[in-house]
Amino acid sequence: MSIFRMQGAFIDNLPKIYGFYTGGFIVFIGIMALAEKAGMTADTIGLCFVGFTIVIYALIGWMSRTMQLDAYYVAGRQVPAVFNGMATAADWMSGASFVAMAGGIYMGGHPYLAFVVGWTGGYVLVAVLMAPYLRKFGCYTVPDFIGTRYGGNLARFCAVVVLVVASFTYVTAQINATGTIASRALLVPFGVGIWLGLAGILICSMLGGMRAVTWTQVAQYIVLIVAYLVPVIWMSSKQGFGWFPQLEYGDAVRKIAVLEKTLQVGVLKPPQAVPGLTALTTLHNGPPDTFVGHVRFATLVACMMMGTASLPHILMRYFTTPSVRAARVSVAWSLLFIFMLYFTAPALATFTKLQMLDPSLPTAIIGKALSDVNAHVWVQKWSQVGGLKVIDFNGDGIVQVNEFFMRGDIVVLATPEIAGLPYVISGLVAAGGMAAAMSTADGLLLAIANALSHDLYYKMIDPKADVRHRLIVARVLLVLIGAAGAAVASLRLTGILGAVAWAFDFAMSGLFFPLVLGVWWKRANRAGAIAGMVIGLGVGTWYLYMVYAGGMKPWWGIDHLRFGIIGALASLVSMVVVTLLTPAPDKETQDMVDEVRIPKGQTILGSAH
Amino acid sequence: MAADNSQKEIHWNRTRNLMIVHLTIWFVFSFAVHWFATPLNKISFMNFPLGFYMAAQGSLIVFVVQLFTFAWQQNKIDQETGMAEEE
Repeated sequence: MSIFRMQGAFIDNLPKIYGFYTGGFIVFIGIMALAEKAGMTADTIGLCFVGFTIVIYALIGWMSRTMQLDAYYVAGRQVPAVFNGMATAADWMSGASFVAMAGGIYMGGHPYLAFVVGWTGGYVLVAVLMAPYLRKFGCYTVPDFIGTRYGGNLARFCAVVVLVVASFTYVTAQINATGTIASRALLVPFGVGIWLGLAGILICSMLGGMRAVTWTQVAQYIVLIVAYLVPVIWMSSKQGFGWFPQLEYGDAVRKIAVLEKTLQVGVLKPPQAVPGLTALTTLHNGPPDTFVGHVRFATLVACMMMGTASLPHILMRYFTTPSVRAARVSVAWSLLFIFMLYFTAPALATFTKLQMLDPSLPTAIIGKALSDVNAHVWVQKWSQVGGLKVIDFNGDGIVQVNEFFMRGDIVVLATPEIAGLPYVISGLVAAGGMAAAMSTADGLLLAIANALSHDLYYKMIDPKADVRHRLIVARVLLVLIGAAGAAVASLRLTGILGAVAWAFDFAMSGLFFPLVLGVWWKRANRAGAIAGMVIGLGVGTWYLYMVYAGGMKPWWGIDHLRFGIIGALASLVSMVVVTLLTPAPDKETQDMVDEVRIPKGQTILGSAH
Repeated sequence: MAADNSQKEIHWNRTRNLMIVHLTIWFVFSFAVHWFATPLNKISFMNFPLGFYMAAQGSLIVFVVQLFTFAWQQNKIDQETGMAEEE
């Protein structure tokens, strides 16, 4: 308690505090393992894991409550680079990264690795083109930068619109994920799980804003990375691939390629489709070999990267560092912490696939007798909840690869059971998935609520509002947006990953070029930026509608997951053309850009602006 | 003041050059390498087919190393041109 009051002491003690926290978490895992031996049921273990971690996050959120603007919006600008890196990693890695990525690689093979490349390489753009300059600017929100750099309420308003469209698309997917995990772990219906998940998210962010979100995100990163790495390392050492699986699964990749031939993966197609589930039909290591295939890989990489560099909930994390230099180093740390999970996901997918395909392993499924397959507890359990289905089409009593249907996103959740690990690991994985989804939802909700309260309410509607009013409005908006997100999420409109990719596409369509050119092109002016945002978002949305619902054939394989390419191109062209047709920005603005480019000196916007 | 402005110009020129270098590396490992995944798969690296390895791990490692290097290089430019923040 007192340590949170004395900020200086708290910041100095961070390594100790989080070291203690990590130790405590490991002790908790140990206690759960003992409880399992003593006969605690799997359901109770899952409940303890998810419940205990949420209580801890809520406690941190409550202890970080604040009534100061600087603390609420940018965590007082004193988050050290390494800890900001961890918070960014949790902010960044969503329920989709945690739950769906390995499953996607399992089902999609090499082409799906475009997500892995895109979601890491985007940080090069963040570090080189954006983060240090936005930190020097001293803004509270991303529209704050657009509004000040280009001037005028219209530019600010356009940025708010793009931010809300992109972030809201994203946050519904996250609330959906928290609802799914909460309902399973806490044994309540999905509809109730969603609102419970939202309550947890709001407790973390409402009282303390960015400060509370920062310190809960660090705690959530620790839980999610432990939860992701432990099962993979355990499984790998069990299969004789050693304690550093990420370096040693090359043999497994090759072995799968051999097994795929004998089991006729990719040759056998399912005679009929099962809604919501897929059979394995792509080779694990089958890179694109057509021109369109290459374009699809490259455009997906480009969309995820440029989206990364435009998503406001990520960019605003770098507003919280003590200096420009720290912001830059912090991007590198963020990527290192993210890398820990992303270079493990392909290993996890590979090991799980080998478990299912290799007939010499007791866990094998494909090519085994139907009765043996149905005898696996995990097969029964996931069949009951609709996560997988076995249909013996040809009636030979053997499960062929085209007769085993699975939902991709159960791979991570079911892996501990597939490999026969104890239930305590399943509980740990559920807590990790919850941490991943909650931390991202927190960042997104805060990004939306801050843009609406700071840019729309304070800057445009009531510039005379006092601090107390501003912070109350910010919190009311947070609750309202959260509730709206939960209401939309309970409709279950799209799968987790579809909505996530769209958020990246929306963000890059509207914001990428106005942000980059705002720093790197002094000539860029207000009219150009407004054109870039409006036309970018408009054309992107039009293209999405046409290929997703309008029946248009995608151009060069650029489908609805990649519509940001079209939107961003339209944004770039319109921004450059309109800028050149209109007068250059005034001297004051040009001097401001000069100031943004050097770390030295005061921030452009003072504190408590 | 004039001296300060020319320092600023030097600082920005070096910053821009550094940006171009890093975005070139970024381009190679984000796009170029993966375009040639099939021929690269014939090469074995730590027992991995290289094309698969680059997408699953190799490019990622390059990005991480690149960012720490970038932070160090840019900081050096800031200091040498007198544009770094006061501690």
